[in-house]
Amino acid sequence: MLVVDDDLALAEMLGIVLRGEGFEPSFVHDGDKALEAFRETRPDLVLLDLMLPGIDGIDVCRQIRAESGVPIVMLTAKSDTVDVVLGLESGADDYIVKPFKPKELVARVRARLRRTDDPTPELLQIGDISIDVAGHSVKRGDRHIPLTPLEFDLLVALARKPRQVFTREVLLEQVWGYRHAADTRLVNVHVQRLRAKIEKDPEHPEIVVTVRGVGYKAGPA
Amino acid sequence: MKAWITPTSAARRGLRVVRRSVRAALRKAYVSWRRSLQARVVTTTLVVSALVVAVLGVFLMQQITTALLEAKERAALLQLDEGVGVAQRQLAVGGSDNSETTKSRLNAIVTTLAHRSGPSGLYEVIILDRDDPGSVGFSSNWIRLKSVPAVLMRQVEQSDASKPYRTYGTLTYDDGSSKPGLIVGTKLSRYQLYYLFPLTQERQSLEVVQQTILGVGAALVLLLAAIASIVTRQVVVPVRMAAQAAERLAAGRLEERMKVRGEDDLARLATSFNDMAANLQEKIVQLQELSQVQRQFVSDVSHELRTPLTTVRMAAEVLYESREDFDPMAARSAELLQSQLERFEGLLADLLEISRYDAGAATLDIEPMDVRELVLRAVGYTEDLAERKGSKIIQQLPGEATMAEVDRRRVERILRNLLVNAIEHGEGKDIIVSVGADRDAVAIAVRDHGCGLRPGETNMVFDRFWRADPARARTTGGTGLGLSISMEDAQLHGGWLQAWGEPGRGSQFRLSLPRVAGAELRGSPLPLVPPEIELQRAPYAELELEADA
Repeated sequence: MLVVDDDLALAEMLGIVLRGEGFEPSFVHDGDKALEAFRETRPDLVLLDLMLPGIDGIDVCRQIRAESGVPIVMLTAKSDTVDVVLGLESGADDYIVKPFKPKELVARVRARLRRTDDPTPELLQIGDISIDVAGHSVKRGDRHIPLTPLEFDLLVALARKPRQVFTREVLLEQVWGYRHAADTRLVNVHVQRLRAKIEKDPEHPEIVVTVRGVGYKAGPA
Repeated sequence: MKAWITPTSAARRGLRVVRRSVRAALRKAYVSWRRSLQARVVTTTLVVSALVVAVLGVFLMQQITTALLEAKERAALLQLDEGVGVAQRQLAVGGSDNSETTKSRLNAIVTTLAHRSGPSGLYEVIILDRDDPGSVGFSSNWIRLKSVPAVLMRQVEQSDASKPYRTYGTLTYDDGSSKPGLIVGTKLSRYQLYYLFPLTQERQSLEVVQQTILGVGAALVLLLAAIASIVTRQVVVPVRMAAQAAERLAAGRLEERMKVRGEDDLARLATSFNDMAANLQEKIVQLQELSQVQRQFVSDVSHELRTPLTTVRMAAEVLYESREDFDPMAARSAELLQSQLERFEGLLADLLEISRYDAGAATLDIEPMDVRELVLRAVGYTEDLAERKGSKIIQQLPGEATMAEVDRRRVERILRNLLVNAIEHGEGKDIIVSVGADRDAVAIAVRDHGCGLRPGETNMVFDRFWRADPARARTTGGTGLGLSISMEDAQLHGGWLQAWGEPGRGSQFRLSLPRVAGAELRGSPLPLVPPEIELQRAPYAELELEADA
């Protein structure tokens, strides 16, 4: 796990907590070195502070996302709409607002690292998209579509029950692991990112369809 | 009641349509008259100049008429005078009293007199013999004696000799035609001599003059109106442009300016307008910058404080988790550290929220929500606390969905604050949450049966850091900002947050919100004073004091 944070004390504290939970964190304190460190360590998850010296967290997030689908969890002091949405749009999977409890942090991290070890091979089909759940791959025809694990989980959650409408709250629980209702912007932003990858025309989605006033569903309207 | 309207309903409908369109046109004209300075000036100029021209025209006509007729009269009297001389000479010649001969003699005289004016026949002459009514001399055959008015005849009859009289009358002819005329007459011993001047010529002249005056007058009035229109236009157009510029400025386009042309008053107006706009823009930009700085500061403080707080919080948590390994003093310290950090965190969050309000940076995130759902969530959040304090939360919710356009985060926060407040002061007794709604508004009331509020405190509860009783032990550790924030949240929605309370009878907080965001709230669907209290209330116990939202 890679922790990108400029605050040494916080980084050390995060290290204590994460090690206590059995993770092996490595640290980088500078936005400029974050990408380099990422390439070296190949972490399973990145904890990223949004406010960093050098390149700021949003740019780091974009750089990492550009070459990897690794789960990224942002640490942010601002819960204001703009910052959070900007962070999510730059590729972060989830965010935690400071100050947070250690348990909350660990829960978020575990939720992102959780791999549904499904031994039975499962093949799903929505529209012209085929999903190999065990093989963790999504194809349109023969063409492979690269998705981040989170986007994949979101798509699988929808595709397992085609035509069923999922509210944003239910998706938050199933995909992100929130037990209490949290920020539904997470869902909106990631549905848009997912659509940008799998839809032929993201403006007129056919795979992930919005049900006005309720939520989303997979498959034709 | 009006028999003339009866025909068919179609006709009546047609009439109504016409009447309506006429009324609409009139209203439109009236509105444009009221709105347009130019139209008003032109109308006024038209009316006033028309009046002036009319008065002048009438006066002029009178003057001309008088002059014309006076000249005519003078000429007529001269003519008469001359005629009298001639007639006297001719009458002195004759002798016989035979009526037949008299008549022919009179006719002869009259013909002579008439011919003196030339062949044009500018006038007719009549002579009559007073002693012999049958003897009348006519200058021409077709003039009738009737043309000489009886009044004039009497005047002449009764007058002294040779005094001329004149009057205006109508000359009547044998063929039935008649024309206006001037009649002069005088007594000539036993005869009466009348000259009758037709005024056809004069009348024609006057008609020409009248038409000229009318035409010139009308042209003058129109010209004046046109001039007024042009002149006011010169003034009004820049004023209109100023008004438009001001409107655009008011609409937020601060870079809007007027064109300055020349050095006249209008140019000065434009210059001052532009100065004003520039000053306004400067001030607004300054304020915006100030607010931006303030917002940035709040944001920075927030970040700067939160990062170390996060570290401290995590450290405290780790210590707290392993407190069993410590000696009792250190263990208790870890517990205190943990709980007080939570309080500190809440306080920081509330302070930041309040400062966001103070900076005017708070915005609403509106969506249609079922208010009952928000109540359920808030109750769910506070149930544990209520249980610990021994209170039961009783919900009185309407059966159907109670929709309103609200910011769910803020409304939920208000409800949580009200519930926590009620639990904290409820002394372990029941807490009632009721929801009411009417067409325009929804209301949520939270009632507790605790110590209540003293008179005057219903306003103070919303003050920052206000405490009901400073000496009382703090139990749940509220920040003292909860109700202030709730009040700000309610006001941001255009809603009311009000409190009622009486010592020993508990208190009630009522939140009223408009159903449609931005609508004005006129009343609340729920009473502020609980009904059971209202019923018991004696007339002298007017203790209610509302917190005006």
